[in-house]
Amino acid sequence: MKGLSYFLLVTIVLGMALSACQPAAPTTIKVGLNLELTGSIPVVGESSRNAAELAVKEVNEAGGLDVGGTKYTIELLVEDNEDKAESAAAVAQKLATSGVLAMIGPNASRNAIPASVVAESSQMPMISPWSTNPKTTKVGDTDEAKKYVFRAAFIDDFQGVVAARFAKDELKTTAPAVLYDVASEYNKGIAEVYKKALEESGVQVVAFETYTTGDKDFSAQLTKIKEAGADSLFLPNYYSEVPLQVQQAHKVGFSGAILGSDSWGNIELMTLCGSECDGYYFTTHYAPDIATPKAQAFIQAYEAAYSKTPDDVAALTYDSFGLLFQAIQTAGKLDRQAVRDALASITSFEGVTGNMQFKGTGDPVKSAVILQVKEGKFVYFMNAAP
Amino acid sequence: MQFYIQQILNALQVGSVYALIALGYTMVYGILTMINFAHGDIFMMGTYVAFFFSTLILSLVVGIHPIFAFVITMLVAMFGAALLAVVIERLAYKPLRTAPRISVVITALGVGLFLENFMVAFKPVGPAPRFLPPLIPAVNYNLGGVTVSTIQIVIIVVSALVMILLDTIVRRTMVGIAMRAIAWDKFIVPLMGVPVDRIISLTFALGASIAAVGGTLYGMAYTIDPYMGIRIGWWAFISAVVGGIGNIRGAMIGGFILGFVEIFTPVFLPSTYRDFVAFSLLLLLLIFRPTGILGRPMMQKV
Repeated sequence: MKGLSYFLLVTIVLGMALSACQPAAPTTIKVGLNLELTGSIPVVGESSRNAAELAVKEVNEAGGLDVGGTKYTIELLVEDNEDKAESAAAVAQKLATSGVLAMIGPNASRNAIPASVVAESSQMPMISPWSTNPKTTKVGDTDEAKKYVFRAAFIDDFQGVVAARFAKDELKTTAPAVLYDVASEYNKGIAEVYKKALEESGVQVVAFETYTTGDKDFSAQLTKIKEAGADSLFLPNYYSEVPLQVQQAHKVGFSGAILGSDSWGNIELMTLCGSECDGYYFTTHYAPDIATPKAQAFIQAYEAAYSKTPDDVAALTYDSFGLLFQAIQTAGKLDRQAVRDALASITSFEGVTGNMQFKGTGDPVKSAVILQVKEGKFVYFMNAAP
Repeated sequence: MQFYIQQILNALQVGSVYALIALGYTMVYGILTMINFAHGDIFMMGTYVAFFFSTLILSLVVGIHPIFAFVITMLVAMFGAALLAVVIERLAYKPLRTAPRISVVITALGVGLFLENFMVAFKPVGPAPRFLPPLIPAVNYNLGGVTVSTIQIVIIVVSALVMILLDTIVRRTMVGIAMRAIAWDKFIVPLMGVPVDRIISLTFALGASIAAVGGTLYGMAYTIDPYMGIRIGWWAFISAVVGGIGNIRGAMIGGFILGFVEIFTPVFLPSTYRDFVAFSLLLLLLIFRPTGILGRPMMQKV
């Protein structure tokens, strides 16, 4: 509560200061936030809100956003969706009728999908920072793209493509193998795309092994992988299972390179894996030690404001605002339809998480980051262009 | 060839753990004709005792000899699990000794759920998976293309020793004879002066301590979490039934059969068929040989 009242005080003081600078009629743009502030992933909601407040503060302190010659300040409407699908939809409904120009959030796909249905039907532009499920930007179960729904993250399948290219070009793999959880949609999707992408580029996958969520012994599959003569192993699995798989791979004598997906990106991986994961790679959205000046500026500002390193949700939320601001300026007027059209036709946006582009759909064309595990840390290794 | 030798080693490792846990099911069934569905969770509790004790001893005693640390951790885990099993038996099962058998089975399921959720809610444990601290340094040896790790050797050898020891206890000692006598006839044996309640408690203690050996060994190779006892408990239970529930050597054989099913199903079929193969085996066996491989048909006494 103390933090909240402090925040309110700062906002009021800031607001007074700003209105003192601009005695003319206060012109504001309202942006809605639909976040998981309570529920099972409150850390995600908090990171997202922090980044949103930072993005808005920066614009407002610079005098506001210049839209068609007039300066507008940004006003945030923060709503909690409790990490529940029905609340996320209800919040979207509430925001749609409260005069916001656009909505940022929800983050988790389970909330973003129902909220996106509301956003689409009420013709309110929505940007989900973190949702990676392809369904968020698709109409129902079809392949048709929603018109008003965008995201700042790449979709799951894309990681499979990036990982495949990395395995072929950087690891120079000639006999790749895959071990994945066949009972989980996320793992299965990435694994299948990885295999397809490699085989299209002329590299045959020598072993494509499965297991089921909760399994602890992978020695049978790993022995098969070794027997097939694999020189690299792709593990698009969750951080709680990867350490066991890596250890058991070593135990059956596998010594090739190991590669993973963004599900590795939790510090728990280090506590469980120790030095066994050292030197391996995984694809993800963003790296805190990435070198672009834009990212460095964001990280410094975020650390100064909240005294912690921004995670991928924070970076993606910050980029969602960046996208929105750029679209509003391109549109040149405060109209949902115009902002939507401008978003859909962004040809170049330099974000914290890389360069983005939209080609008619709500899914950005953007680069992924490849991180390497090094001495108990995730270290930036390279950028993977789309 | 090396491929199959490697897979056989993998199967022996998994099978050893199943066999050790299956022993607990089969011993309790033998003496009480009751299936102790909390046994998988007692295995889990024993593993956590080993986890906390080994963390403690490795931080307190610097430079402790790994074999000494391993043995003492295993003994403490055995004692902890045995104590817990006796307390559970006294509090939850003994008052139901004359109740219908189904009541005890349901109580056992309840005890299992209690243990799992207690450990999830218990702050120092929680739901996150962990590894046991490395008691024995993991070294891989390459023997003509087959990789053997120290952990694998320890698991297989220690399990074999414990099984031989248990078999001797049951066959040669007074306690073992008393156990088999109670299993044979629960009504006449007390008249011969056998302390039935004490022997029953001892059976629970013995089964739990063997499960704790399995848990300590398991924790060296795999991650542990409060729900680990569910799946392994089921597989060990099938092992006991396949081998002939109530029969100690049968449980050992059953454990290794299930270990081979677990490893060799993914060798020939997609891994998703594994549980399907295991439970099909159980169903077929129950149809054609309901007493299991070594089990003898139970005579209904009038």
